[in-house]
Amino acid sequence: MHALIAASSGATFPVLTALVVTPILGAVVLLLMPASRPEHFKQVAFLISAVVGAMSAWVMFEFETGAAASFQFVDRADWIEGLGISWALGIDGISLWLVVLTGALFPLAIVAINAEHTPKAYFSWILVLEAGCMGVFLALDLFAFFVFFEIVLVPMYFLIAQWGHGDRAYAATKFFLYTMFGSAFMLVGILATAFLTAAETGNALTFDLVEIAESQALATTTARWIFLSFALAFAVKVPLFPVHTWLPDAHTNAPTAGSVILAGVMLKLGTYGFLRFGIYLFPEAAVYFAPLMLTLGTIGILYGAIAATMQRDLKRLVAYSSVAHLGFIIIGTFALNTEGIEGGILQMVNHGVSTGALFLLVGMLYERRHTRQISELGGLQKPAPIFAAVFMVVMLSSIGLPGLNGFVGEFLTLIGAFAAHRWWAVVAASGVVIAALYLLWAYQRVFHGPAEGENATMKDLTLSEGLVMLPFLAAIVFMGVYPKPVLERMEPAVDALIAHVEANVDGFHEAEADELHPIELDDLEHLESDDADHGEGE
Amino acid sequence: MTLSVLAAEAVSGGSSVVHDANWFLENAWLIPLLPAVSFLLILFFGKRMPKQGAEIGIAAVGLSLILAVLTGFAWLDHRDNFEVPGTEEHALVVEADGSAGSDELTLTAAAEEESDEHAETDEHADEGHEASHPYVAVQNSTQWLQSGGIEFNAGILVDGLSVMMLFMVSLVSLLVHIYSTDYVGGDRRYTHFFAFLSLFTASMLFFVVSDNILQMIVGWELVGVCSFVLIGHWWEEKPNSDAALKAFLTNRVGDIGLLVGMITLFFAAGGGLTFDTITINSEIVAGNVSHTALVVAAASLMAAVMSKSGQFILHTWLPDAMAGPTPVSALIHAATMVVAGIFMVARLYPVFFEGMQIGGSSINLLATVGAITLVFGGLLAFVQDDIKKVLAYSTVSQLGYMAMALGVGAWTAAVFHLFTHAFFKANLFLGSGSVAHAVHSFDMKKDMGGMRKFMPKTYVTFIIGSLALAGIFPLAGFWSKDEILVGTGGWGLFGGTGGNGAYTFHLTMGMIGAGLTAAYMTRAIYLTFHGEYRGGHHDEAHGEDADHDDAHAHGDPHESGPRILVPLYILSGFAILAGLLNLPSGFQLVPDSWQERFGHFIEPAGASYFPVIGHGGPSWSLAIVSSAIAVGGGLFAFYYYFVRVDRMSKQLGESLTGLPDGLTSRNSLARVGHKVLVEKYYLDHLYTGVIAGFTKGPLARAAYWVNQNVIDRAVDTAGTTSVRAGRVIYDRIDQGAIDGLIDGTGKASDASGQGLRHINSGKVQNYAAILFAGAALLAGAFIIILAL
Repeated sequence: MHALIAASSGATFPVLTALVVTPILGAVVLLLMPASRPEHFKQVAFLISAVVGAMSAWVMFEFETGAAASFQFVDRADWIEGLGISWALGIDGISLWLVVLTGALFPLAIVAINAEHTPKAYFSWILVLEAGCMGVFLALDLFAFFVFFEIVLVPMYFLIAQWGHGDRAYAATKFFLYTMFGSAFMLVGILATAFLTAAETGNALTFDLVEIAESQALATTTARWIFLSFALAFAVKVPLFPVHTWLPDAHTNAPTAGSVILAGVMLKLGTYGFLRFGIYLFPEAAVYFAPLMLTLGTIGILYGAIAATMQRDLKRLVAYSSVAHLGFIIIGTFALNTEGIEGGILQMVNHGVSTGALFLLVGMLYERRHTRQISELGGLQKPAPIFAAVFMVVMLSSIGLPGLNGFVGEFLTLIGAFAAHRWWAVVAASGVVIAALYLLWAYQRVFHGPAEGENATMKDLTLSEGLVMLPFLAAIVFMGVYPKPVLERMEPAVDALIAHVEANVDGFHEAEADELHPIELDDLEHLESDDADHGEGE
Repeated sequence: MTLSVLAAEAVSGGSSVVHDANWFLENAWLIPLLPAVSFLLILFFGKRMPKQGAEIGIAAVGLSLILAVLTGFAWLDHRDNFEVPGTEEHALVVEADGSAGSDELTLTAAAEEESDEHAETDEHADEGHEASHPYVAVQNSTQWLQSGGIEFNAGILVDGLSVMMLFMVSLVSLLVHIYSTDYVGGDRRYTHFFAFLSLFTASMLFFVVSDNILQMIVGWELVGVCSFVLIGHWWEEKPNSDAALKAFLTNRVGDIGLLVGMITLFFAAGGGLTFDTITINSEIVAGNVSHTALVVAAASLMAAVMSKSGQFILHTWLPDAMAGPTPVSALIHAATMVVAGIFMVARLYPVFFEGMQIGGSSINLLATVGAITLVFGGLLAFVQDDIKKVLAYSTVSQLGYMAMALGVGAWTAAVFHLFTHAFFKANLFLGSGSVAHAVHSFDMKKDMGGMRKFMPKTYVTFIIGSLALAGIFPLAGFWSKDEILVGTGGWGLFGGTGGNGAYTFHLTMGMIGAGLTAAYMTRAIYLTFHGEYRGGHHDEAHGEDADHDDAHAHGDPHESGPRILVPLYILSGFAILAGLLNLPSGFQLVPDSWQERFGHFIEPAGASYFPVIGHGGPSWSLAIVSSAIAVGGGLFAFYYYFVRVDRMSKQLGESLTGLPDGLTSRNSLARVGHKVLVEKYYLDHLYTGVIAGFTKGPLARAAYWVNQNVIDRAVDTAGTTSVRAGRVIYDRIDQGAIDGLIDGTGKASDASGQGLRHINSGKVQNYAAILFAGAALLAGAFIIILAL
C-alpha cells in the first residue's frame, strides 16, 4: 500500500525526527539543570512537551489528506548499514491521530500533576516516555520500532516503582515482566521476518517495513507463526484477555500521570501494532486469526465490564473499564473493513481522551480525599458541583453517549463488526449496557447522596485544574459532534490497508456493508459456515 | 446496486419526498436548535440573569412553539396543495381514497395510469376528500460524516407525524417551563433545572424531526440522559438517585435492542449504504427486504420500545421515575419522552407492519404486549397511595393502548391517542403537583383529602383531565380510545368495524382497560379531593418540597398561583377539545369536512414509505358499549368511595381512605391479589434482587475470582523466579542508580551527569542482557519449530 512514499511533503525540516528527539534532549536538559530550584523542572518539562505538542499540531495541519494513504514527512537515514537497519520515520492517516494524541496528552499530564518527590528524575522519565511513544507510532523500520517499543518500558517501570502507591514494586515488576515476556517473542518474530524474507527474496537483509510488507515472501505457515509472536507482544500491551492482569495493578499503583499516559497512549501501542505490523505484514495470518482475536476482544468487553462492576477502588474500576474499551478496538480492527478499522482507530483516540481524563479526575479526587475507596466517598456533587459536572461529561463520553466522542467510534466499530461477523457485534453491543451499569453506579455512590465528614468540605475544581480539563472536554464534544475531519484524514490509509489485505489474501473480500444487501438471514447456517470458512483459511 | 438506484429515484423523483418546499418546512431544524442554544446560554449565563435563566428557556421554547405552529400551518397547506413535479411519471404514487366505513382496504395501491387523472381533479371534491394530492414529506439533510462509502447524514424529515410532535412537545414544554418557575421556585438548583429542561426539549425535538435512524438513536439516548439527570434532580436523597439510575439502566437494556435493530435495518433495508428513514421504509414497503431480517429488526426494536415506553415487563422504572420533580414527570414521563418508543414504531411502521405481520392477523407481539400492559398497568394504579404513582401506572396503561393500537394496525388511532394523552396526562400531573405544592406531599391517604375546598380551580382541571383520560364523551380521550377499539377490528356486532385483522382479544383487553381507568381515577379523585383533609401535620421528611422556600409552608393548603393554574387551564382546554380534531369519518352529526382531519393531515397514507393499512369504520354500538364500560367502572368506584366510604367516614367522624372490612380482609384470594399488586408483580425483586444482584454479586465476584486466582495465580507462580530476578534489578537500579541520581542532583549538574553515566554503564545493560538472552533462547526454539 505504501509503495509510493510521498517526497516528504516539501518539508525540509525533519519534523518527525524532532518529535522523537526533542523529548530526549529535554530529558537531558533536565538532568543537567541544577537542583536548587525544583519548581523549574516542571516548567521546563512542560515547555518541552508543549513544543512537541505544537510540532505534532503542525504536522496535523500540514498533513495532506489526499495523500493520507502514503507516508508523509518521511525521514530516512541509514542506521546500521550492515544489517539493513535504518532510521526511518513516517506518518500516515493511521498514525496521525495517535501522534497528535501523544503530543497533546503529555503536556497536560505534566502540567496537571506535581511530582510527589524528586521532580528532576520524574519529569525526565516522562519525557523519555514521550520519545518512546512517538517513536513507536512513527517508526517504519522493524528494528527501530522494536527499540522504541522497549524504551517505553523503562520509564514506565520507574514511574510506577518510584512514584507509585501501594504495592508499587510488585505492580512495576509485574508490568515489566509481562511486557518483556511478550516483547521477547516479538524480537524473535522481527528477526525471523527480516532474515526469512531476505532468504526468500534473495535481496539484501532489510528491516524496512514497507519493503517487507510489499514483498509478502513468507510461506503461509511461517507467516502465521510469526504473526502469533507479534500478536503476543501486542496482546499483552493492549491488554487482551487473558493477559490483562498486569493492567489493574499497574494502574492502581501508578502515579496519576503514569495512569493517564498508560491508558491514554501506551495501551494503543498494542492496538496500533496490530494494525501496522500485524495486519500489514501478515495479512493472511490476520485474516486467519481474526475469529480468535474477535473472540478475545468480545470476551474482554464483557469480562472487563463485569470485573469493573465489582471494584471498590475507583481507579481500579476505571482500569478494568479500559479492558472493555480496548476489546471494542480489537473487534473493530479485526472486522477488517473500513468502518471497523476507522472505528477502532477513532476509539483509540477516544479512549485516550476519555480514560485519560477519568484518571486525571480520579487523581484530583485522591489528592483531596486521600482515598479512592468508593465506600468512603459520597455526596461530592454538593461541595464540588463543577468537578461532578466534568466527571459526568467524561463518564458519559466513556459510556458512548451520542453527541460525545465515544459514540461515533463505538457505532462505527459495531457497524464494521456487524458486516463481518454479526454475532460478535450483537454480543459486543450488550457490553454497552454494562458500561453504563458500572460507571453510573460508581458515579451515584461517589457524587450523589448526603455528603458527610471530609466529603462535605471537599474543594471544587480549581481554575488551573479546570484549564487542564478544558482541552479534554473540548475534544470530547468536538469529536462527538463533528468527527468528519478526523475520519477524513484516516480513511485513505485505512482503505489502502484493506486493499493490501485483499490483494494478498486469496478469496478475502472486505466484508463491506453494501455487499450484504439483501441480508439473507433466512439461511443462518450458511452464514455460520461462512464464518467457519474464514476460520479455517483457504 | 439496485438499491441505490431505487433510493435515488425515490428521493429525487419526488414520489413521497421533496427537498423544496415552504420555508418553515425546510427549516424546521431551527425548532430543536433554539432550546439547544438556550441550554448553553442558561448553563453559562443563567445564574447572572434576573430570573436565573428561566427567562432564556421560556423565550427559546416559546419561539420554538411559534415556529412549530407556523410549520404546522405550512404543513396543512403543503399537504393539500403541493403539486409533485412530474407526478404522472412515478408509479410509486398511491391514491388515497379517504372514504371510510368500508371494510375493504381503502387504499388502492399504485394506480399508475389513473394517478395523473386524479392529480388534475379539484382540490376540494364535493365529498370533502382531497384524494388528488399525494402525501409528500419534506426532507432537508446534510452530511455529518463519511466512512467507507457510507454517508452518515444529519437532517430533518417533516411530515404530518413530525409536525404534530413538534407542536405537542414544544407546547407542553413551554407550559411546563412556565409552571416550573413557580413550582421549583427557590430550589437549590433552579438554574440547573431549567438548563436541563431546555436540553431535554432540544433532544426530544431533535429526535422527532430526525430523517435517519442513526439520528434517532442519538436523540433517543440524549433524552434518556436528560431524564436521568432530571429524575435525580434532588440527588441528595438516595431513593431519587436510585430511581435515576434505575431509569437509565433499564433503558440501556432496551438500547441493546435499539442498536441491534437499527443496525439490522441499516444492512437489510438500507443496503448497508444509508440510514435514511424514507429509503428504509420504502424498501420494506416495496417488498425488497427479507422477511426474516424484518422479524429480527422488529423484535430487537421491540425491546427498545418496551423500555422507553414503559411496556410490561420493562416498565418498572417509570413509576420510580416519579422521584423527579413533578414538572419533569409531566413533561418527560407522561407527555413526551415515554412516547418516544411509540413514535419510533410509528415512524418505522413498515418494519413492524411487515415484521410482525400486523395485517390480516389476530395476534402479534406488539399488540399483545400493549394489551397486557394496558390492563396490568391499570390494575397497579389501584393500589398506589402516592398520587403521582397512580398517574404513572396510568401512563403505563395508556402507553399500552398506543402500543396495542400500532400492533393492530390502527396507526392513526395510536398517534392520535399519543397526541390527546399528552395533554390530559400532563394536565393531571401538573394538577397533582399543584396539590402537592400545597400539602407538601404526594401521599393521598396521609396528607390529602378534601382538597376541593382549598383548591377549587385545580379540582376542576383535575376532573376534566380525569374524564378525558377515562374516555368520557365528548372529551379528548373518548375519541382517541374509541378509535383504538375500532382499529382492533375485533368488534363483531352490527357488521363490525373492519381494520387489519380480527384482534378480538385485544379489543377485550382495551374494554377492560377502559373500565379500570375510570375506576382508578375515581378512587384518586375521592382520596385527593373529597372527604376531609387528613394532612396538616407537616413533617419535613417529605420529599421534594421540603426544600422549597414556600410562603404557604404552614397552615391550611392554598390554591396555587397563576403560573401554575394557567398551564392547567390551557391543558384542560386541549383535554376537552383535542378529540374533535379527528371525529370519525361517517360520524353523522357533523359535516364531512370536519371528519378525520387529524388522520388526513398526519397519516402518510399512500406515501411510498408507509405500508398500505386498512382502516376500521366507526361503530355506534362499539362506542356505546365501551362508554358504558367506562362509566360502569367509574360508577363502581364511585359507589365504593363516594357512597360507602363517605358514609362510613361520617359515621366514624374521621376521613377514611377505604372500608375497614374491605374485600382484602375477608377474602384470602383477594388478599393474595392485592399483595401481588402491591409488590408490583414482584418484577422489581426479580430485577434488582435476582438479576442485578447476581451480576453485581456472584457473577462479578466469580469473574474477579477467576482473575485473581486463576489467571493471576498462574502468572504469579510462573513469574516467581523471574520476579526474584526483577527484584534484584529493582533493588539495584532503584537503590543504586536512582538514589545515586537523586543524591547526585543535590550537588552540581556535573554529579547528575555521573548518575546518567551510571545508568548507561551498568544497570540498563543488565536489563538488555536479560531481554536478549531470553530472546535468543526463544529464537532457538522458534527456529526449531519453523524447521519442522
